[in-house]
Amino acid sequence: MKTVYVDNNATTKVAPEVLEAMLPYFTEYYGNPSSMHFFGGQVQKKINEAREQVADLLGAEPSEIVFTSCGTESDNAAIFGTLDSYPERRHFVTTRVEHPAVGNVSTYLGRKGYRVSELSVDREGRLDLDELRETVTEETALVSVMYANNETGVVFPVEQVGAIVKEKGIPFHTDAVQAVGKIPINLKESTIDMLSLSGHKLHAPKGIGVLYIRKGTKFSPYMIGGHQERGRRGGTENVPYIIGLGKACELAKAHMEEENTRVRALRDYLEAKILEKIPNTLVNGDRVNRLPNTLSVSFEYVEGESILLLLSDLGICASSGSACTSGSLEPSHVLRAMGVPFTAAHGSVRFSLSIYNTKEEMDYIIEHLPGIIQRLRDISPFWHDYVKGRK
Amino acid sequence: MWDYTDKVKDHFLNPRNVGEVEDPDGVGEVGSLACGDALRLSFKLDENKRIKEVKFKTFGCASAIASSSALTEMIKGKTLEEAEKITNRDIAEYLGGLPEEKMHCSVMGREALSAAIANYRGQKVAKEEFEVVCKCFGVTDKEIERAVRENDLKTVEQVTYYTKAGGGCGSCHPKIEAILERVRKEMEKEAPPVKPMKKKLTNIQKVKLIEETLGREIIPALKADGGDLELIDVEGNKVYVALRGKCSFCPSSDVTLKQYVESKLREFVTDEIEVEEVRP
Repeated sequence: MKTVYVDNNATTKVAPEVLEAMLPYFTEYYGNPSSMHFFGGQVQKKINEAREQVADLLGAEPSEIVFTSCGTESDNAAIFGTLDSYPERRHFVTTRVEHPAVGNVSTYLGRKGYRVSELSVDREGRLDLDELRETVTEETALVSVMYANNETGVVFPVEQVGAIVKEKGIPFHTDAVQAVGKIPINLKESTIDMLSLSGHKLHAPKGIGVLYIRKGTKFSPYMIGGHQERGRRGGTENVPYIIGLGKACELAKAHMEEENTRVRALRDYLEAKILEKIPNTLVNGDRVNRLPNTLSVSFEYVEGESILLLLSDLGICASSGSACTSGSLEPSHVLRAMGVPFTAAHGSVRFSLSIYNTKEEMDYIIEHLPGIIQRLRDISPFWHDYVKGRK
Repeated sequence: MWDYTDKVKDHFLNPRNVGEVEDPDGVGEVGSLACGDALRLSFKLDENKRIKEVKFKTFGCASAIASSSALTEMIKGKTLEEAEKITNRDIAEYLGGLPEEKMHCSVMGREALSAAIANYRGQKVAKEEFEVVCKCFGVTDKEIERAVRENDLKTVEQVTYYTKAGGGCGSCHPKIEAILERVRKEMEKEAPPVKPMKKKLTNIQKVKLIEETLGREIIPALKADGGDLELIDVEGNKVYVALRGKCSFCPSSDVTLKQYVESKLREFVTDEIEVEEVRP
């Protein structure tokens, strides 16, 4: 059976070039970069190179890059590291649609006695900047607003958010795990103080992340240990993965145009065909300000997990915001925050593409998806009622 | 990915008896779009009052569809009295088991069957006789009690897995906790288990433990509902508390005190704890 992988917001394939760059650092150049001898020193040099490659993709200075173990660690470090630096400020601001790496930290802070404000979104998943303006005060320690949403692909106007936040002298963090590598980011001319990214979303392996910390930003280390990463993150460097991430960032920069032209066109083609061939289907999220690779669609009166399993049976790998896929009982917090009606929220499917996808694969999906949806609608009592009601 | 058995996959990919029986003798419908799953079951009896034809329509995940399909196969040819005896466990076992988080799918099957039989007998499924405990998913105390008994459930989390109750906003957790406590007690009376002894505490240890338990287990939950609680004094095993915030004028504060605060303290401190409210 062939595999059509369209779940790249969950994780991506490690690029062959990335793996190739990593391999020598397991068995050949295995020195500790902190060592005094030449054997460690040559590894240190490679890490510096990787740091430059990451900085280059982001328009940052290499010294502003801190390697971590994953996106979640980067988010936690940014939040706790900042709150620790401003112990007198007891207010945290974020949104209702964050990834759990920020969302659940926010819940935790609420339990710990912080005042927490979670900004709402509209039906298209867009922020209300006036609400943000009214929410931030002098006692706000940190504002954390994601760059792009993992479920819908909606891109927030982070620079405008940052401008409002900076005006009041408050640090600004953004979880850019889904944005980095998919849309151009230039931190040189930016209002962002801290930014999280995750390697495995851009064709590096799982287990490596970055926290960008702008020069001059107050930050207390979250992982306390050795002097690594200029004392901002203890722990011996994960050398092969850091080198892999460096290579992945170099590739991402080279592929940025393709991502925003060819991949975008594939996504738009898939979207148009699905809407054309399957009735009672709607696209979730702002279609203008959206990642080029992401499509979240809802099929009314059917349930997402069933769709995914039937797709999976044909080798097609996608995701859903339905309740049943996660083991929770309510549909995704993102779709609920957007007010997507229940008729559609349970039947949402996310397709997320990468540069490795082809037009043939889109055609394969389009060939089979209408039949799958119809098959489930034929079993669904609500579709039956809907059709009867229409007659 | 869920670890579904081959039988679940088979009944999902090739569901049996899909549709609606024409001119049915009984129809039962449970669940809703908001809940994320729903099942409509219809059947027809033959001259010997056995189920001749049964069909289902289901909106839901793979295990919901498979449970519905399995149920129709199980009850075909049975009398209503025989069919009534089927529990949600039987449905799950027929499928070779379901992940615990998905057991509510088998419960939905059993409920739809009950509703269809009641419909045949001309009984109204009178939800109003019961109390709706979980408002998010419309689950009654009777439904929770039955699931606890039939599946030997011990925690709120398990109740959520089996009935969905408490899986939404979570505000009914104290109520579920109270039902669990009552039903477990009744079940214990029927078959009393050996009680583990809790070690004896000094007074200081006891007070500390009470304070810890209040701070960790109880007060955060009350605060979530806009209430609060203050420890006034401890005398022997009598714990005197005052309710604050919304709790102080809440009509169900007695229930909160006895069934929630007291049961938590008994769980973590000692079985002999009695909680009394101090009113200003």
